[in-house]
Amino acid sequence: MIATEKIFEGRGGAGWDVARVREDFPVLAQSVNGKSLVYLDNAASAQVPRIVIERGSKYLREEHSNIHRGVHYLSQRATSAYEGAREKVKRFINARESRECIFVRGVTEGVNLVMHGYGRKFVSAGDEIIVSEMEHHSNLVPWQMLCEEKGARLRVIPMNDAGELLLDEFDALLNERTKLVCVGHVSNSLGTINPVKEITARAHKLGVPVLIDGAQGAPHLKVDVQDLDCDFYAISGHKMFAPTGSGVLYGKAELLEKMNPFLGGGSMIRTVTFERSTYAAIPDKFEAGTPAIASAIGLGAAIDYLNSLDREAAHAHEQELLRYATEKLSAVEGVRIIGTAREKASVLAFVINEIHPHDVGTILDQEGVAIRAGHHCAQPVMQHFGVPATARASFAFYNTKEEVDRLIAAVQKVIEVFA
Amino acid sequence: MSELSELYQQVILDHNKKPRNFQKLEGANRVSEGFNPLCGDQLTVYMLMDEGVVRDLSFVGTGCAISKAAASMMTQAVKGKTREEAQTLFNEFHRMVLGELDEEAEPNHLGRLKIFAGVRDYPARVKCASLPWHTMHAALEGEEAATTENLGPDIAHAAVSE
Repeated sequence: MIATEKIFEGRGGAGWDVARVREDFPVLAQSVNGKSLVYLDNAASAQVPRIVIERGSKYLREEHSNIHRGVHYLSQRATSAYEGAREKVKRFINARESRECIFVRGVTEGVNLVMHGYGRKFVSAGDEIIVSEMEHHSNLVPWQMLCEEKGARLRVIPMNDAGELLLDEFDALLNERTKLVCVGHVSNSLGTINPVKEITARAHKLGVPVLIDGAQGAPHLKVDVQDLDCDFYAISGHKMFAPTGSGVLYGKAELLEKMNPFLGGGSMIRTVTFERSTYAAIPDKFEAGTPAIASAIGLGAAIDYLNSLDREAAHAHEQELLRYATEKLSAVEGVRIIGTAREKASVLAFVINEIHPHDVGTILDQEGVAIRAGHHCAQPVMQHFGVPATARASFAFYNTKEEVDRLIAAVQKVIEVFA
Repeated sequence: MSELSELYQQVILDHNKKPRNFQKLEGANRVSEGFNPLCGDQLTVYMLMDEGVVRDLSFVGTGCAISKAAASMMTQAVKGKTREEAQTLFNEFHRMVLGELDEEAEPNHLGRLKIFAGVRDYPARVKCASLPWHTMHAALEGEEAATTENLGPDIAHAAVSE
C-alpha cells in the first residue's frame, strides 16, 4: 500500500513568471562551452539568488564579528543577525520554538549529530534501526556505523520497481526492538516523495522516534514539522538557494535536551573545570565552536526569498517541467527513466542504452547542459535497478521548458556520437 | 578546450563497443583490481608474466567509454612488452593525460595511445583513462604468484590518486 500526501493546498502555476525569477539568479546568465548555461543539477546544489549574495556580503562588509561572546557593537549585530536567521528557520518549518533549530553544516552533519547524541546514548545491542532502500548514504552510513559499534541491527524498508516504499513491509519491520526510523522526505536519486507523515504516525504507534532527511524535501515542498510530527528533520541550506555550510537539524526540544552533546568545545558549555564540564542549554549545546555565521545568515535570506515567492506557483511550475521532461525523454528511443513513482519531486534520472552516464554527462556539458552523472551517493538504489550509475536532471523553479528542449537535443547528440 | 570529437574519436568508440582482450585470462599469474569509488568504475586486469615479459594480458569490468577503451588499448599496447617497457609506457601515458608530456614534441613510445591526449582537457575524466593503467601497473609490481596451479594468483589493488 502506498500512501500519498498533499504537497501544497490548492493549485497554482498560471502566474509563474520564470523570466522574472531568472533575473534573481546572476549565475544563470553565462555561457558554457560557447552555449548559454542550462543548469539542471539543482538536486546536487541549487543556485543562489542576488538577495542572498547581497546579505552575505553586507554581513562581511559591515557586521562581521564572533557571536555570543563579545559585548561590543559588532558582536551584538552579528549575534542578532545569526539568531534572526534561526527565527526565520523556525517559522519556515513551523517549529514550536527556535531553540529546536540547530545550525549545522548540512544534512550529513545533522544526521551524525543525532547518531552521536541520540543513537550512542539510547541504542544498545539487539536494538534495531530502520532505514529505507532509497536512502542517500548520509542517512545510511552513520546508522551502519552505529549498528557496528553497538551490535544493533539495521533493517531496510524495501521499494518497488517504480521507486515507492512498501509500507506494509515497513509495518512488518516495526517492533519493540526498533529504536529509530530514518527516512528521506524526497529521494535524491529517484525523485520519489515519501509519505513521511504516514511513516511517522505508524512509528509513533510503537513510540519510535523518526528522523527525516529533508535535503530534497525543503527545496520543493512545504515543510511543517508539527504537522508531520517527526522527531528530527534535517535540512541542507545549499540545496535551498543558500550558501554551502548552512543547514539545520530540527529536533523536538524534549529529545534534544536528553541527548548527549555532539562536538565538545567552546560555546556548548555552561561551566568547565578539570574535574568536569556541564553543558549549555539547547541549541548552544550542539553548536560548539564558531559556526558558519555568514552562511547561516545567508540561509535566513534564502528563506526570505522563498517567502517572497508564490511557492504554490513555483511548485506547479516545477511539476510541469517534470511532466514535460518525462514525456519528451521517454519518447527518445533507448532512454529508460529510473524512478517512476506516482508522487515525485522534479528529479529525473535516466540511462541511455548501454552508454555510461559519465559519457552522457561529458557530452551534455559540451552542449552547455549541467546534469549529475554517477551513483548519487545511493549505491543500493543503483543495485536495485541493476545499473552502475544514472544521469540525473533536476529542476528548480527557475528552469524553463526551453531548457528541457536543450536537454533533449543534447541527449539526442549523445545517441548520435555513440551510434 | 578541445572539441568533443577529439575526446570521443572513432577509435575510442570502437574499442568501447568491441573491447579487445575482454575476458578472464586462464593461467594468469598476476591479477589486479582497480576501483574508482567516485564513479563506480571497476575493472580486473589479468596478466601472465613470464621471465620479465608480459606474455598475455586481459581485463573485465564496467566503466564509461573512456575507461573501457583505455583498458582495451592498454592490453594491446602492453602485451609482449618487457616489464621495463611496460613501466615506460605507463609513465608516458600517465604524464600525457595529466598534461605533463607533450606527445608531439617529446620522444615517446605512445603511438596509437596518443588519441587519449584529449582527455587532459576534461579534468573530471582523467581518472577514467588512467584507472586501467594504474591497475595494470599494480599487477606489474605485484609479487609473482605461486606457480602451483591450485593456488590462486595474488590480487593487487590499484589506487587512483591523481
